[in-house]
Amino acid sequence: MLSKTQYLELDKRIAPKSKEGQTLWIAFLVGGAICMIGQGISDVFSLILPNADEKVIGQITSTVMIFLGALLTGIGVYDRIGKYAGGGSIIPITGFANSVVSPAMEYRSEGVVFGVMCKMFVIAGPIIVSGVTAAIGVGLIYWFIGVL
Amino acid sequence: MVLTYLKVFAVGGALCMIGQLLINLTKMTSAKILVAFLLLGVLLEALGLFDAIKSFSQAGITIPITGFGSTLTKGAIEGVKEDGILGALTGGMKAAAAGLSSAIFFGFVISLICKSKTKV
Amino acid sequence: MMNFGKQTIRFQNKPRVLSGYSIVGPKEASGPLDPYFHKRLRKDDFGQRSFEKAECKLHMSAISGAIIAAGLTPKDIDVNIGGDLLNQIITSSFSARELDIPFIGMYSACSTFGQSLALGAMLIDGGYAEKVTCSTSSHFSTAERQYRYPLELGTQMTPTSQWTVTGAGCTLLGNMGGNIFVESATIGKVIDFGISDANNMGAAMAPAAAKTVVQHLLDTGREVSYYDHIVTGDLGIYGSKLFLELLESEGIHAAGVHKDCGEMIFDKKQRCPQGGSGAGCSSVVFNSYFLHHMSAGAIKRILLVPTGALLSKLSSLQGETIPGIANAVSFEREE
Repeated sequence: MLSKTQYLELDKRIAPKSKEGQTLWIAFLVGGAICMIGQGISDVFSLILPNADEKVIGQITSTVMIFLGALLTGIGVYDRIGKYAGGGSIIPITGFANSVVSPAMEYRSEGVVFGVMCKMFVIAGPIIVSGVTAAIGVGLIYWFIGVL
Repeated sequence: MVLTYLKVFAVGGALCMIGQLLINLTKMTSAKILVAFLLLGVLLEALGLFDAIKSFSQAGITIPITGFGSTLTKGAIEGVKEDGILGALTGGMKAAAAGLSSAIFFGFVISLICKSKTKV
Repeated sequence: MMNFGKQTIRFQNKPRVLSGYSIVGPKEASGPLDPYFHKRLRKDDFGQRSFEKAECKLHMSAISGAIIAAGLTPKDIDVNIGGDLLNQIITSSFSARELDIPFIGMYSACSTFGQSLALGAMLIDGGYAEKVTCSTSSHFSTAERQYRYPLELGTQMTPTSQWTVTGAGCTLLGNMGGNIFVESATIGKVIDFGISDANNMGAAMAPAAAKTVVQHLLDTGREVSYYDHIVTGDLGIYGSKLFLELLESEGIHAAGVHKDCGEMIFDKKQRCPQGGSGAGCSSVVFNSYFLHHMSAGAIKRILLVPTGALLSKLSSLQGETIPGIANAVSFEREE
């Protein structure tokens, strides 16, 4: 019989690959479209609140986008988009919402406290931890340079 | 106006396409992809490049998770300016509070209303 | 120790197949094997509050279905041998809680069905039991959350991945009656060829399947052509290709007689990249399609080789490669 190394080489050689071109284009189109929706929301709120500063508009926009992502996850649409779009629906902030809401819904059957509350960040946890840690790191470096 | 939207589409789409390329090549899972792009946002902000890209592509870079990384980092830097070293700790979360809180809140509410359904 | 070569047992008293029962979810029922299944669910939650409870009900329905099909009652069954994919095999044990039949729980991932049949046949052959149910089940939505991600998370299936079958199957073995019997069984070794991608289970299990089949043929002194079909459990399209390559390298040409339950249960339009998988996969296909054709006489001898990938979420995260196992059970029809 083939040796382990021969077998792993065979697997590497003949394993089916993703349809590279197709997946990339779908990711591009869906990702681009989601960003345009975000831009649209931001423009609408700039019109409604002409005196609000850029930061507030940004916060409103991400809140609305997160709400949309959460809602689409709740009604079972986001995973269908994700099946085709892949990176196109993972990388926008709606994908972050999806990764928070989907485990929360999934573990509802284990109760509100130990299911929903405990498991809400099983997928999105790394995003928060790494983001907050990295930002603090940058802040500290910034402070350090200022002190010098 | 149309041009702005085209730029948003192109830059946002391109970022997602790079993400998809990473998925295809490395079999990275969605959490890792998100972390990678978030850290990219942190890095761009720390190097002071984020605002330049943002003025060009607007939502094209802020709607992807890179925007979240930038918000956190910008908050930490501004925190340092205002409150010194304590600001490095408080600034990031303060700036990102809207996104984080809404994700937790909507996540909780929706999980109480909706049920996970089988994929088809 | 074994009475027929190194890893194979030949049953002296011909344990009989008294009945088989299969119950599947809606996706499986819209696949090519639909006409053969005994019962199809319209919704895969089976009217239960959680998918785990639904799987349990599936498992129980398969066992009672087989008992009724054989014209028996649960009181007539000496042992219920069952297994599934969930942690602590809760599906099987919780089904047994309702059934009032002595229970032996088994686990060897998707190869559990082969193991249960082998043990059941041994119990009957040795005279320790007269009637035994051998059952396994799996459910897409319970397996997905245990091994992979939440259902609503927008992820893509990788090209080598397989779709966990929602379904349960049960075979009732007995010491007399019926013309299909268990002729021999080969107990597999755990084989690891170093595949580490949890979404490439066909490749992880193919070496175990090939080794078990080679050993079975060696122990029994048979050629592949002795069997009408060599039926692997859930190698999938790609895993089957590797399985045949591995046999080729031993000079065994099995392409003509080989079938794979995972490959058979879904068709290409159903978007399951490499086909089906799961502990329920081989049991629903065997108890429907193969038992049907064997009782009709169209198939006389098959070697059923359910295959299992023995990984857990933790072992993958700790960087372990994926060991595989395969148990072979030979069925023959007596004229």
